Amino acid sequence: MTAAPTRRLEEWRYSDIAAVERAWPVAPEAITVAAGECATRMVVQDAAPGSATIRQFDIIVAAGASLAFHIINSGGAYGRVGLDVTLHEGARFDLGGVIVAMGEQVLEIVTTVRHIGPGATSRQVVRCVAGGTATATYLGKVAVARAGQQTDAAQSFKALLLDRGATANAKPELEIFADDVKCAHGATVGELDRNALFYLESRGIPPVQARALLTRAFLSDALAGIADDEARDTAEARVTELLA
Amino acid sequence: MLKIDNLHAEIDGKTILNGLTLNVGAGEVHAIMGPNGAGKSTLSYVLAGRAGYEVTAGSVTFDGQDLLALAPHERAAAGVFLGLQYPVEIPGVSNLMFLRSALNAQRTLRGEAEASGAEFMKLAKAAAADLGLPYEMLKRSVNQGFSGGEKKRNEMVQMAVLQPKLAVLDETDSGLDIDALRVVSDGINRMRSPDRATLLITHYQRLLDYVVPDFVHVLVAGRIVRTGGPELAHTLERDGYVSIAA
Ligand SMILES: Nc1ncnc2c1ncn2[C@@H]1O[C@H](COP(=O)(O)OP(=O)(O)O)[C@@H](O)[C@H]1O
Ligand SMILES: [Mg+2]
Repeated sequence: MTAAPTRRLEEWRYSDIAAVERAWPVAPEAITVAAGECATRMVVQDAAPGSATIRQFDIIVAAGASLAFHIINSGGAYGRVGLDVTLHEGARFDLGGVIVAMGEQVLEIVTTVRHIGPGATSRQVVRCVAGGTATATYLGKVAVARAGQQTDAAQSFKALLLDRGATANAKPELEIFADDVKCAHGATVGELDRNALFYLESRGIPPVQARALLTRAFLSDALAGIADDEARDTAEARVTELLA
Repeated sequence: MLKIDNLHAEIDGKTILNGLTLNVGAGEVHAIMGPNGAGKSTLSYVLAGRAGYEVTAGSVTFDGQDLLALAPHERAAAGVFLGLQYPVEIPGVSNLMFLRSALNAQRTLRGEAEASGAEFMKLAKAAAADLGLPYEMLKRSVNQGFSGGEKKRNEMVQMAVLQPKLAVLDETDSGLDIDALRVVSDGINRMRSPDRATLLITHYQRLLDYVVPDFVHVLVAGRIVRTGGPELAHTLERDGYVSIAA
């Protein structure tokens, strides 16, 4: 078993290292989507308050296969969901990630997406809300191998800070060895729209409810890609509960 | 119903309303006209309770209670509706969800029973039909991708569903073509009743041909400088504000 990581490592620089040591060692879960198959996966990280959790997924999406992966990361004092995704020729990977970090929580989504064959697509949408003195982090690395021509990779990260003491970190990282690739990324950190808040309140919606409504709307971007209506409703309901 | 007395208000330490006095009785429609920057929108925001607008003197009483002591959502539940000059877009929140949340929040605050899904749907459908806004549009995000005219119609749909006692309509007529103006005016007229009142803020006399006010006030530099009947709007249209202010 390898030793616990230190803060010197780029992928752990925003982590709560004491909590990481508590959660160590980590046994990665392997997921393989066979050629031509479509798979979905929902990971809910809702560990008990105060706990430290690291969930690592080592994923292979074979040629022409696709995986839609969704994460709701909201539990424990420290909670990390890590994905190491390998995409073969023509594969597709969609990630919708939600982080709701309150109090003193440190919550992270860390991904490495490897485009090792030509014509693979990856789409990552991560939305997070941080309140109190919480820290929400998204680190997203896209690695395109020499064989990864016509890679199409996109990452979108948006964070909403509810309180002055809250922190959001986003770090997209590209490592590209092919020349014909499309890699897009965007990251924004903001606050709730005051005009929208006033609009809701002026119609009779109390401030707490108005904030929850706007926050949920903001997060729903990351859940919009859940194809199954029932699963999406369940995910939306879970997020609504977190914001209540 | 609404008594505004010697109201002074400022934004960022800058005085915008400067001794404004106005009484609006139940059943009445008052028009407020005035040049750009006179403080018309500021008045509407102060009445609705928007943050950042500080009242430094004067009072506002609504149905006998101190309106300024209430939070914005409490004012709405008490019956104040503000039709915004620039309605806000809210991605990810549907018009129906917004309106139903608003209606039920108001009812809860007033100690009334919430509207059932069916009751709400009926109200929303009727209002949308009356204002010529396709019901399908209400399923979309609040005002997102709506044209200027559609946004104003949407404000009137909200008003029709919420049935306020006092409607403060800030330039609801601007940006409307003549057909939309007629539809929106009909919507305002439908709300007229002996126990409701309307404050129509407008730039143009045009609207007042459709919604004939009981009184017309001219607001210049944060106070009312003149009050008259509907004919005053015509005088203003002809001579401009300069003659009045002089
Ligand atoms: N947020 C603001 N900050 C500073 N000044 C403002 C703000 N909003 C309005 N003002 C100023 O207040 C005055 C009145 O504005 P407003 O009430 O919008 O006028 P009107 O609606 O009559 O055109 C103007 O001089 C305007 O520049
Ligand atoms: Mg204005």
